[in-house]
Amino acid sequence: MALAFDEYGRPFIIIRDQETKSRVRGLDAQKANIMAAKAVARVLRTSLGPNGMDKMLQSPDGDVTITNDGATILEQMEIENQIGKLMVELSRSQDYEIGDGTTGVVVLAGALLEQAEVLLERGIHPIRVAEGYEMASKLAVENLTRIGQTFEFSPDNIEPLVQTCMTTLSSKIVGRCKRQLAEIAVKAVLAVADLERSDVNLDLIKVEGKVGGKLEDTELVYGIVVDKDMSHPQMPKEIRDAKIAILTCPFEPPKPKTKHKVDIDSVEKFEALQAAEKSYFNEMVQQCKDAGATLVICQWGFDDEANHLLMHENLPAVRWVGGVELELIAIATGGRIVPRFKELTPEKLGKAGLVREKGFGTTKDRMLYIEQCANSRAVTIFIRGGNKMMIEETKRSLHDALCVARNLIRDKAIVYGGGAAEISCSLAVEAAADKISGVEQYAMRAFADALDMVPMALAENSGLQPINTLTAVKAQQVKEQNPHLGIDCNDVGTNDMREQNVFETLIGKKQQVLLATQVVKMILKIDDVISPSSY
Amino acid sequence: MATTGELFKPDAMEEKGERARMASFIGAMAIADLVKSTLGPKGMDKILQSTGRGHSVTVTNDGATILKSLHVDNPAAKVLVDISKVQDDEVGDGTTSVVVLAGELLREAEKLVALKIHPMTIIAGYRMAAEAARSALEAAVRDNKDDLERFRSDLVNIAMTTLSSKILSQDKVHFSNLAVDAVLRLKGSSNLESIQIIKKCGGALKDSFLDEGFILDKKIGVGQPKRIENAKILVANTAMDTDKVKIYGARVRVDGMTKVAEIEAAEKNKMKNKVEKIIGHGINCFVNRQLIYNFPEELFADAGVMAIEHADFDGIERLALVTGGEITSTFNDPENVKLGHCKLIEEIMIGEDRLIHFSGVALGQACTIVLRGASSHVLDEAERSLHDALCVLVQTVQDSRVIWGGGWPEFLMARRVEELARKTPGKKSLAIDAFATALRAIPTTIADNAGLDSADLVSQLRAAHSEDGCRSGIDVISGEVGDMEKLGIYEAFKVKQAVLMSATEASEMILRVDEIIKCAPRQREDRM
Repeated sequence: MALAFDEYGRPFIIIRDQETKSRVRGLDAQKANIMAAKAVARVLRTSLGPNGMDKMLQSPDGDVTITNDGATILEQMEIENQIGKLMVELSRSQDYEIGDGTTGVVVLAGALLEQAEVLLERGIHPIRVAEGYEMASKLAVENLTRIGQTFEFSPDNIEPLVQTCMTTLSSKIVGRCKRQLAEIAVKAVLAVADLERSDVNLDLIKVEGKVGGKLEDTELVYGIVVDKDMSHPQMPKEIRDAKIAILTCPFEPPKPKTKHKVDIDSVEKFEALQAAEKSYFNEMVQQCKDAGATLVICQWGFDDEANHLLMHENLPAVRWVGGVELELIAIATGGRIVPRFKELTPEKLGKAGLVREKGFGTTKDRMLYIEQCANSRAVTIFIRGGNKMMIEETKRSLHDALCVARNLIRDKAIVYGGGAAEISCSLAVEAAADKISGVEQYAMRAFADALDMVPMALAENSGLQPINTLTAVKAQQVKEQNPHLGIDCNDVGTNDMREQNVFETLIGKKQQVLLATQVVKMILKIDDVISPSSY
Repeated sequence: MATTGELFKPDAMEEKGERARMASFIGAMAIADLVKSTLGPKGMDKILQSTGRGHSVTVTNDGATILKSLHVDNPAAKVLVDISKVQDDEVGDGTTSVVVLAGELLREAEKLVALKIHPMTIIAGYRMAAEAARSALEAAVRDNKDDLERFRSDLVNIAMTTLSSKILSQDKVHFSNLAVDAVLRLKGSSNLESIQIIKKCGGALKDSFLDEGFILDKKIGVGQPKRIENAKILVANTAMDTDKVKIYGARVRVDGMTKVAEIEAAEKNKMKNKVEKIIGHGINCFVNRQLIYNFPEELFADAGVMAIEHADFDGIERLALVTGGEITSTFNDPENVKLGHCKLIEEIMIGEDRLIHFSGVALGQACTIVLRGASSHVLDEAERSLHDALCVLVQTVQDSRVIWGGGWPEFLMARRVEELARKTPGKKSLAIDAFATALRAIPTTIADNAGLDSADLVSQLRAAHSEDGCRSGIDVISGEVGDMEKLGIYEAFKVKQAVLMSATEASEMILRVDEIIKCAPRQREDRM
């Protein structure tokens, strides 16, 4: 009722241009929202787990992405619907916070909403449902903490970490060489990790990809890989014990920023100018040489003449190196970025044990490897693969694996995967529900049912009978009081996830439950949707 | 019922489950069928007409070239196009085979999906089968690296096999020797840039030749010597017009005609100095990437120095590479500049055109292949074919393992894969069997394209391959099963392995898809 009357009986308008806007209210609004969210969750449901299917996404420009990473699918789906966008946000925040479990969180939220819909049909007020969910989620998180275990590893024994990363990678298309990639990921994280502070700066790990070669050729470089080559084709391709001058000024005559003119009105001046120009180049190269540099890396271009002089002075140089790469090089080699030739001193040079240029395949692609750096805390993972799609997907998968390894270093608590944690929480919530009087009891039971949906989807995707499998595992968990039992997706023969080495980080799982509950609460509280009609 | 509207933007498309799988299968198979008829020595060519201005026409049977020029809309088809492009970049040949194999794998997978086998089971089976096939291939390789003579004959055979499916098949002996000579000159480096290919219309394909020196498609300046023996060459990249003042904002402002003349003289003087400095290097040939104006050209002519202008970037780099000189831009330090050397520079005629020929160069790595042919289409296709052969040869020089061709490796792999299927329990064995069937489809296609009775040939071969150490393959020329070693049909192991691995990878990628979401095409504003 967008029309109201004031005390004199005159109508006034609350919502302008009402006829051009569509408006949904009350229970209808909630149902419509739930439906939209469910639709999003349904898309992701089949991507859950090690046997999840991929989605093929074609971008507006026609590029094709094939992935089963929840966050990527949702990001590229270009969802119009507002509630759908909330779900996208949900998986994105899980991605930022934890980096893994982006599919699981959306599936859980979808299941929670599905259960809520049934309750709403029965006439239970949405706020009561939301409160019941809130209580249940607290219980679930408590249960997670209870069943969580500490995870033992040390820099000498990285095997447990590798196992964890393999779990993450097994659901991706790169599952074929999960062992190798997992090792790469763990080594990379350990190389940059600060074990005393339990902190990892993932920015120090650069993930580069180049089309061609096999996935097995993917390698971890303890240093930096730059997609550039030497500025002059005849410069040496390999430099040992390089001292690197990192410059942000071009090898060109200076260009003052203020507008100016140099007037030439006599032959002498003309000649003087020529001489000055020449000396500029000589001076620049000499300054680099004097500082003791054996390699120049520059953000800008070189003049032909300067280029030759550098070559002549046996000073290899790389031009047009991007700002981000320049910074990474500076961090890795312990050098300083120098903005002016004058300020170049021996202390500001970076050091690297080996700099080499490496060519690939039959095309003339070359990359520059900077290795054995003074500060080896920056590493590069260099991915090779059949095509661009494969590389992009490998990048995403590796990112997930890196995040998992990082989370384990930050916080050593884990819970077991394969739906084991969800089943255990579901049992705990259901048991607690019976003790609560009031409408919330229903909501909590619904929450427990929603938790069951995750192992159910896992079983379904693995080609198992979902209901049979779930009930069997659930009964077993109650009987044996063992919270490590889950769905045997890979047909190994045991339900004990501890034996299968399938686990996830506790913090990731907690976050999943909390984030999903929060978003569901938010969606349930919406009772009026006003949107401008399309024109 | 209230709706919240669509989940996606209008124009976006979403296909799920079976429909999505069907769409990607059909797209991928359509692409595979398209290039299928070009496979093998008797494969047919395709005419490609560009949509750009001029509607230029390309005639080719190179898989990568055909697929590159297609504008495909189907996402699964794009995956296959990508695969063939990568194959081209990495190993250079087998671009058609990889697409055909991937297409066959998907065709078999479709049948299995229809039998209600989960795609994940198929993928697991394919992975096992591919591994088995690869190890079978690896066990069957031969390596003649240590025996130089036999290695060379291996190389010639490989080149002949590659070229036999191309336009050069008439003169394949000539061209394979040419390619092998060129590649062996590289001495193990994989840098194909030092093999220069010059195309000149006219003459027959047979007139093509390999030149040991270096040929630059440029002219010698007027009035300068046309022939130099024991040349000392300075390769440069410098401005030989008026040397511009590079300092920003400089300009000439004068107040009288005399001043203008003075500055002009100074300019001239400067150029003269520069030329003198260049000549001071003790050279008798000067090659510049940039323009040389008339004035310095005249000075060079006076000094009896050959001056060549406008050599492009690649030309300069190659020339520097072959003559061993460095590319210079400043001339103040003549003692320390490395000059290039060659025994003889002369102007030669090929067809109608005059070219500059550098022979007896210091570093013998580079060489030039001059292709002659009736029309530019023929030449283009010949270049592509030769490129394929060169790539394969370079790969073989690095990884000298070779196998027989003519369908032999496919049958060998199929046999091993079938053995694996027999031993594997469960539904996976069906997928492994399907893999073997897909492998056999390649020789079938080769026979079909040659107009032979493929069913008969394939069954004969299959029987022959039940014995160990069999060397039988399809002899397309006589239309019978033949001994591959005697016929000299060889292939590089690396190429076959790349075909196998990337085709499996691609089909796996497409099989895993169960939903296709096409976003709304980006609105272009300039089109009304």
